[in-house]
Amino acid sequence: MASKIKIKTRLKGDVAEVKSLMLHPMETGARKDPVTGELVPRHHITQLTFTNNGEAVMIANFSTAVSKNPYISFSFRGARAGDTLTVSWVDNLGGSDELETVLG
Amino acid sequence: MQAGRRLILKGGAALALLAALPRALLAAAWPQKAFMSTESRQALTALLGTDQTTPSDQITLKVPEIAENGAVVPVTIKTTLENVESISIVVENNPRPLIASFELMSRALPEISSRIKMAETSKVMAVVKTDSGIFSTSKDVKVTIGGCA
Repeated sequence: MASKIKIKTRLKGDVAEVKSLMLHPMETGARKDPVTGELVPRHHITQLTFTNNGEAVMIANFSTAVSKNPYISFSFRGARAGDTLTVSWVDNLGGSDELETVLG
Repeated sequence: MQAGRRLILKGGAALALLAALPRALLAAAWPQKAFMSTESRQALTALLGTDQTTPSDQITLKVPEIAENGAVVPVTIKTTLENVESISIVVENNPRPLIASFELMSRALPEISSRIKMAETSKVMAVVKTDSGIFSTSKDVKVTIGGCA
């Protein structure tokens, strides 16, 4: 399946700016389905990892209270054009997604 | 068939190894206890080992004064503190106050942005862990329509 992660990067010198958007419902487990009236089970991204050429640069841990379709931006040093940047996440129900992009 | 058996053996060995590793070595483990805490002090203690933070004006927490939609509240945290290990977001009045924790490796710059859910008007706290202590700053955010958090 094609990745549903969107990522934008920009190199400024050796600093890479990363903006990424994940497609995920981020269900709290407290919301009722408007049709059936039943609780929608908790379903959220737990951990998100950004890896530059195989080396982790940032790991984000999420609760259910990160907004639906999580957005995250950050920057890191020591980046070069042609480097790979990989974003991957796992959720509490065993789901996952991953996307690799090339900097520069 | 042979390959299948090998794979199972390998898998079993890997699992055994994983179970034998002390928890501390699994740096990437999701901090479940901290995220399930229903009180911000408990959450901080579970995450960082203490709920004592030093107020710091070297942390900038950018949040709206009034959030019309509690389901999407933009948050930016940056700091001029050095050797930052992690940045965490805590919303005191949310049912589970710890929202997110960002582990910054040495090459990451100490600035992150995200969007969070707020159940009601609350104090929002940015907690920065460095190699020399735990620092924080906070701001009040008025929420017009609560976002299920």
